[in-house]
Amino acid sequence: MSETLWIIVGGALMTYLARVGGHLVLSRFERIHPRVEAGLNAVPAAVLTTLVAPAAMNGGVPELASLAVAGSVAWFWGGMMPMFLTGGAVLIVLRHLLG
Amino acid sequence: MTIAISPKRTARGDFLAGAKLGVPVIIASAPFAILFGALAVDNGLSVGEATLMSAAIYGGASQMVGIELFGHKIAPWLVVFSIFAVNFRHVLYSAAVGRRIGHWSFVEKTVGFFFLVDPQYAETERRSERGERVGFAWYMGMALPIYVCWVVESGLGAAFGRLLPDTKALGIDFLLPIYFLGLVMGFRARSFWFPVVAVSAVASIVTYRLVGSPWHVSLGAAAGVALAASMPPPAGEGKGR
Repeated sequence: MSETLWIIVGGALMTYLARVGGHLVLSRFERIHPRVEAGLNAVPAAVLTTLVAPAAMNGGVPELASLAVAGSVAWFWGGMMPMFLTGGAVLIVLRHLLG
Repeated sequence: MTIAISPKRTARGDFLAGAKLGVPVIIASAPFAILFGALAVDNGLSVGEATLMSAAIYGGASQMVGIELFGHKIAPWLVVFSIFAVNFRHVLYSAAVGRRIGHWSFVEKTVGFFFLVDPQYAETERRSERGERVGFAWYMGMALPIYVCWVVESGLGAAFGRLLPDTKALGIDFLLPIYFLGLVMGFRARSFWFPVVAVSAVASIVTYRLVGSPWHVSLGAAAGVALAASMPPPAGEGKGR
């Protein structure tokens, strides 16, 4: 097997390990401590924020404006598609105007 | 957000409801799958290897990091470790989502965890938050179309990557952050949402500068999770599901 294939197989195994590992560890406990519970409930907002914040920091006016508009749409109307399409439209228009 | 509660749940209806949630994910991730395929070939992978990598690892950011390191003649175990570092956040997803799918069979869990990517995790949490059952049919209805598109588009990008248009003018390099922001907003009803988001944002930016990518994801998220764990329990004990 080539080195490339080893890396792909190794990366796939480690990724799968991460995806089952948290559950395997947690399912060994009969009761989940309230603080662990509170921490787990914060996981989605905490992790997903870290995928947005540095991108926003590195962004210019079109990127920041698109996040601001998309965030507002999500806040006031809710729903994924409206915020996603509005954000994408603002981004494309501003990049054409300012780019 | 409308909640459709049908009197009769069918596996087919559940599957289609899940598939519907996958549509924005497929749109947002398509450019990255194609870009990944093109970059993989640029970095010396064959079309088959690039496609296999998407099919076996199924994690966009970690695949990008992987092929980036292929080009640097770095020890193979270090490349594997870097892929693991990028995907380490899935340990948290896994622990959190395990509480929602306790009723699944062993085989369903074994299969389901493979597809636990960011949007899959987020929609699973949201469905559970709305008090709806997270069934295997619903879960796979969302997962399979996204997965198939991801793998096929990676292959297309690898085969035809030279024909790529100017991705920046079309804004597709920034679609994922917008999509992820939408997911973050979807959890705004949870306890401590704002402080968790604020702390994770600041911590991820600081660690991005000081430590570098991809560690800012795990470190930034750890700060937000630690904050929530250290807060006094919200009024209404046992409210946070």
